[in-house]
Amino acid sequence: MTRTKSPYPYWFLLPAAVIFTVLFLVPTLASFWFSLTRWDLFSVEFIGIENYRQFFREPFLIQGLFNTVVYAVLTSATKTVLGLLLAVLLTSGLWGQGFLRTLMFFPVLVSTIGVGITFTVLMHPTRGIINVALATIGIHGPGWLTDPALALYSVVLVDVWKGIGLATVIYIAGLASISPEYYEAARIDGATRTQLFFRVTVPLVKPATVTVVTLSLIGGLRSFDLIWAMTRGGPGFSSDVLASVIYKQYQAGFYGLSTAGNVILFALIAVIIVPLTLWFNRKEVEL
Amino acid sequence: MRLTTGSILAAAILAMSSSVAHADVTLSVLIDTNPESIATLDVLTKAYKEKRPDVSFDVEQRAGGSEGDNIVKTRLATGEMADVFQYNSGSLFLALKPEKTLADLSDLKSEAGVRDIFRKVVTGADGKVRGMPFGPAMGGGIFYNRKIYADLGLQVPKTWAEFMANNEKIKAAGKVALAQTYGDTWTSQLFVLADFYNVQQQAPNFAADYTANKAKYATTPAAMQGFGHLEEVFKAKISNPDFGAAKFNDGLRMVATGEAAHYPMLTFGIGTIQQNYPDNLKDLGFFAQPGEDATKNGLTIWMPAALYVPANSKNVAEAKKFIDWVGTKEACELMAKAVPSGPYLIKDCNLPKDIPQAVADMLPYFEKDGGTAPALEFLSPIKGPALEQITVEVGSGIRSAKDAAALYDQDVQKQAKQLGLPNW
Repeated sequence: MTRTKSPYPYWFLLPAAVIFTVLFLVPTLASFWFSLTRWDLFSVEFIGIENYRQFFREPFLIQGLFNTVVYAVLTSATKTVLGLLLAVLLTSGLWGQGFLRTLMFFPVLVSTIGVGITFTVLMHPTRGIINVALATIGIHGPGWLTDPALALYSVVLVDVWKGIGLATVIYIAGLASISPEYYEAARIDGATRTQLFFRVTVPLVKPATVTVVTLSLIGGLRSFDLIWAMTRGGPGFSSDVLASVIYKQYQAGFYGLSTAGNVILFALIAVIIVPLTLWFNRKEVEL
Repeated sequence: MRLTTGSILAAAILAMSSSVAHADVTLSVLIDTNPESIATLDVLTKAYKEKRPDVSFDVEQRAGGSEGDNIVKTRLATGEMADVFQYNSGSLFLALKPEKTLADLSDLKSEAGVRDIFRKVVTGADGKVRGMPFGPAMGGGIFYNRKIYADLGLQVPKTWAEFMANNEKIKAAGKVALAQTYGDTWTSQLFVLADFYNVQQQAPNFAADYTANKAKYATTPAAMQGFGHLEEVFKAKISNPDFGAAKFNDGLRMVATGEAAHYPMLTFGIGTIQQNYPDNLKDLGFFAQPGEDATKNGLTIWMPAALYVPANSKNVAEAKKFIDWVGTKEACELMAKAVPSGPYLIKDCNLPKDIPQAVADMLPYFEKDGGTAPALEFLSPIKGPALEQITVEVGSGIRSAKDAAALYDQDVQKQAKQLGLPNW
């Protein structure tokens, strides 16, 4: 098969190419170089792969890597499942459906840092409204963000609350594109409601699922702002993820080391997302 | 056109009339957002403008903490730094590569009046002095509520055992003995950092050996103590129930108003209490972090920040003139009047008579021979960046003191390597 010739002349591509090169290509290549140096902004010294060695020796890195994956998988899975269920609910001709859809989407529009700070106040162990409310019914609420065993999961909860609107909207669009004829045919064949959902809706809404999973997984893997606003990776290192570990190296002035961390994050995302996308695409062809 | 001719004429007249032939200058100044820094700079610039009406100031503020470190380093590296800027002395100053980035101030007249203890912490590897003290010295120790102490008939403790005994009595009286505020993680480091006077009493060579990679926290029992204190305090359950979420300002409020009896902190908290809880200022007392031996009781002190001039500033000459004046006794006494929260580092510069009680509690340590020792960050360029997370872990019962000290030893390696120290 021959490639179709572009209808546009090459110089048409030039502005985009210049912007891409200056703002994306050059910094990316530069960061590969700086990750091999000891860099304090005033001087650069080439030290080979020492930064990578150091980064993997970071005592909190293993915990950070583990947390990153847990965080990404949990938020992504919850958003996918709940998003689909909510989308089904919100397309079922419910009373006040339009209003409910708006309500659902609203948290997506609020700034992440704002959400983080608000929930930090709500989750305060003694004065936060959540624990105050629990106390009135006789439950001694936990330290949502101060208990090391709980902090990461509290942030996951808030992330899901904030991000689920987007997943739902994508699913609503996906559901709308399923032709009603499939449902009619299935019903004539005597399919139950459960069968309709699992045999018709779930397979046919697949393109939306792919989008939701990919987007939320990438978002979860590189998540930083919400975690930083709520726990700063604490207490101690218990809710550190890869991105917050990298940021702390940067703050401490270890610019080469933090660049190496970014290269590792880049590799991690690629290693997870590329096979996942290939797998999704193959399945799509089979279907 | 007329305007231009007019202004040229005016400028010419001005230039001729002024005996010293210099034109108007604007010095840009970058300081942090601490209320004490702002108040200090304010009195300095006002007084200087009266002396030199042709100089005006363009003051800019920046965040503190590690975010501030980033701003200062980035702006220095990119040549965007203000003509005069305020920044920490000691190990953070050394991380700026002062030999390359900062102007040499050793030829200023007023440097002769600066106390040696301060000159040492703003001297680069090449032996040249590059900073002028800005603000008072600080003590790291324990704020206490004098009312609670009077009500329960307690004495200021001279040993750690006495301190813990006091805590038990306060707890038995149904009060919060100790305010801890891990919501601002940096506040968790105090028990470790402010213990350095005691470390030095037991291991006098620790700072030098530590810099040379010969001594470690984990293998030096005296240095381990600070971590041990954190563990002990957690196990004794004497802190406020929301210690994991409370912040610096909560801690100051608690100890000032008597919600808690103790708060380990640097004395720069006095200024904030003076501003926010002026009625409680008289109830606020201060003592050094007690060690093992009552006869060797003393205070770990922090040197103030300094003013620096970047080497590539366009106004180096004027900036140096201003800084030269800041180092005079006259300027120092203006600062001392505005912010009397500790002793100043200019010889013969006296604090006003009317000082807060907590400052009065601190001064005897300075007056006693050997009553103070500088914190480790002024004796060694190495400070690990993760200390505040590690101390939160120990203070929250996540990690043992022993583990924490070993982990911190690992953390400081990065800093040592970045600075290119020998033996690391």
